[in-house]
Amino acid sequence: MPGYSGTELMIALLAREVAGLGHVVAGALSPLPAGAALLAQAMGPTRATILGSRRFNPFGEGGRELFDCAAEGRIDAFFLSGGQIDGEANINLLAIGDPNRPTVRFPGSFGSAYLYFLVPKIVLFREEHSRRSLVQRVDFISAPGGSSGNLMRRGGPKALVTGLARFAFEGRFRLDSIHPGHSLADVEAATGFEFDRAATIAVTAPPTEAELRLIRGPVRTDLAEVYPRFAAGM
Amino acid sequence: MTDFLSLEALAAGIPDGAHVAIPPDYSGVAMAATRALIRRGVRGLKLLSVPTAGLQADLLIGAGCVAEIETAGIALGEAGSAPRFIAALKAGALAIKDTTCPAIHAALQAAEKGIPFIPLRGIIGSDLVGRRPDWRVVDNPFVEGDPILLLPAIAPDVALFHASLADRKGNLWIGRRRELATMAHAARRTLVTVERIQDEDLLADEASAAGTLSSLYITAIAEAPQGAWPLGLAELYATDDAHMALYAAAARTEEGFRNYLGEYARL
Repeated sequence: MPGYSGTELMIALLAREVAGLGHVVAGALSPLPAGAALLAQAMGPTRATILGSRRFNPFGEGGRELFDCAAEGRIDAFFLSGGQIDGEANINLLAIGDPNRPTVRFPGSFGSAYLYFLVPKIVLFREEHSRRSLVQRVDFISAPGGSSGNLMRRGGPKALVTGLARFAFEGRFRLDSIHPGHSLADVEAATGFEFDRAATIAVTAPPTEAELRLIRGPVRTDLAEVYPRFAAGM
Repeated sequence: MTDFLSLEALAAGIPDGAHVAIPPDYSGVAMAATRALIRRGVRGLKLLSVPTAGLQADLLIGAGCVAEIETAGIALGEAGSAPRFIAALKAGALAIKDTTCPAIHAALQAAEKGIPFIPLRGIIGSDLVGRRPDWRVVDNPFVEGDPILLLPAIAPDVALFHASLADRKGNLWIGRRRELATMAHAARRTLVTVERIQDEDLLADEASAAGTLSSLYITAIAEAPQGAWPLGLAELYATDDAHMALYAAAARTEEGFRNYLGEYARL
């Protein structure tokens, strides 16, 4: 058994994706990104903004300020997930089946359709790495991974972190590293989309002692403001 | 002039079929007024969540008060998904206008300015665009080859929310929750519940004036202590997480939801 939990691994890996950036934001219903932003803030020069928080939230102009702030270029990184994520990095946060009468309904697209375009670095995450979550083609595109032609687009997907592996994204996903205890065969069996393989696929570096100390200390304490149930279960 | 009403009289001010703007769960939700609305049996509401919704919308939908909802997302926070919303959608009993958070904020800002539409970046390429025949993609008239999305202004009939404090003139303390101001500016009428009403004029002091929404925008106020419960209210009280879990469990079934309403909305 490793000396860390799946949650701790996800928080550490997501924090590494945004390490050193100036302003990192975690959105609604996003405890893992909130933990990652707080960890990045504890370890470097990063300012973490946690939606729903009163302590870690600079916004005084209401709900629109996050989006205006992104348009002004004042947000460096944001995290997005999906009920489904496909090989083109399209994400589905809405529904499976007819959205007017769905077979599965997710909470909704939230700000994804906008922030995917305007925040330079989007880190995708989905702890459940399965053919149900990582699919060939999403049923509904809440936000597209890429844009063609002359559409103004400043940002987009740069990486995907799951409970099994880490992929880079440049038009296609490229498997870069596999987490300790898992194999390439595990990743291939659990991934519903085609992906490239890095020339050398690394073993993901597990959370360090320093990362774990912060996650189990101040990060967990600070997470409890917005995500008390999540923090209690860590 | 702002009217001061009882909770039941305030709820009576929202007619069947009204287009009602409601805030997100973290921003001051008029839950006591929502229970009063359910008691009076309001029907056919068109809800606009600014920009997301939670318990309030789930209760109103489950109680059969809602014909349509425009929303960027709906869930009960850590208590999970919104069970009555999902059940109604799957049953085909609820019309939905899916959107994205900044589109709602921007459309309300267009209504504030009295302009018919507003452009917004991003979004093109999302399947949301195909679900919104009222949205348009046009070319930027100032720069060639720059497609951009246009959204029609949204001017709701009513904005309904809860705040901590009002004064006798009907000015309202909203602090940093400025989306409440945007909602009130854009709506034709604004109905508010407050924790308490004070004698001192909130606009008389610069420090409180900055966080105050003028009575100019407030149609009526009802006093409702703990009026956001079981949701929280800024610095005054936290969300009642145990109650949220109780609701989420009860509302998994129609019968459980009816029992919940009987107990907590006195139906």
